[in-house]
Amino acid sequence: MSVAPGFYLVLAGLMFTIGVVGVLVRRNAIVIFMFIELMLNAVNLMFVTFARQHGTVDGQVLVFFVLVVAAAEVVVGLAIISLIFRHRESANVDAMHLLRR
Amino acid sequence: MNLEILVFGAMFVMALGCSLAMLFAPNAVHVALFLVGAQVALALAFLLQGAFFVAAVQIIVYAGAIMVLFLFVIMLLGVDVRQALVEPLTGQRGIAILLGALLAVGLVFVAIQGVQLAAGGADGAGALTELNRDPGNVIGLARALFSRYLLPFEVTSILLVVAIVGVMVLARRLGAVESEGQVQAPTEEEAA
Repeated sequence: MSVAPGFYLVLAGLMFTIGVVGVLVRRNAIVIFMFIELMLNAVNLMFVTFARQHGTVDGQVLVFFVLVVAAAEVVVGLAIISLIFRHRESANVDAMHLLRR
Repeated sequence: MNLEILVFGAMFVMALGCSLAMLFAPNAVHVALFLVGAQVALALAFLLQGAFFVAAVQIIVYAGAIMVLFLFVIMLLGVDVRQALVEPLTGQRGIAILLGALLAVGLVFVAIQGVQLAAGGADGAGALTELNRDPGNVIGLARALFSRYLLPFEVTSILLVVAIVGVMVLARRLGAVESEGQVQAPTEEEAA
């Protein structure tokens, strides 16, 4: 017998959680961005698992769209991060406290 | 059959280990490399579940192109190894880990309990294997993409164009027009 889909979903859930904790805990903007990528990857794993369970390729098609959105997001996000770095000489998110008080 | 469980176990350990290592690696380059490891492990998971084309795309686009872009920007901005020792919000890390544990428990519970409800208890693995054999994984994917998902596919192209234009606007230096004027000025003097 093959591995049950539940195990894949458990793995995806744990990876998504690690992504969330990483975004909350880490301070470097680029590292935070990589944890967002980790969360997207976990969601991709869920899509593929559900595609297998339903016996169709629809979930795999959705992975494509997630991939395209992730690529566009990375390009725009990294441009914004490098722009912030050019202004503030730091990629630390705590350095961006312009609206504080 | 037993081999599949063995490969799944190795993949599980690699994916989870790389993800956890991402949390604790201080260096941004190491975080990027661990993310590549996690993505390769996920590609293995896609292969195990009969998503052959998606596994290849995962390696080529994610572990290849996107991570190279990440490493490029890390190198461009300079590797910052200094850890922020002072927490701007006291107790933020503890609360984050607590809420993360809560989320993990919730997601795992839903994964175990809800997986039977999701497909009405039916396992379509046999159907997908049949689909992968008869028209083939790539052909089946292309048929779905260019028939039922044609409109989202076209909207995706708009998204990419918007992203390209946005990045060009962002990456343009604000002083570029003025510096061009400065470059032009001496040439006019030379002409005179």
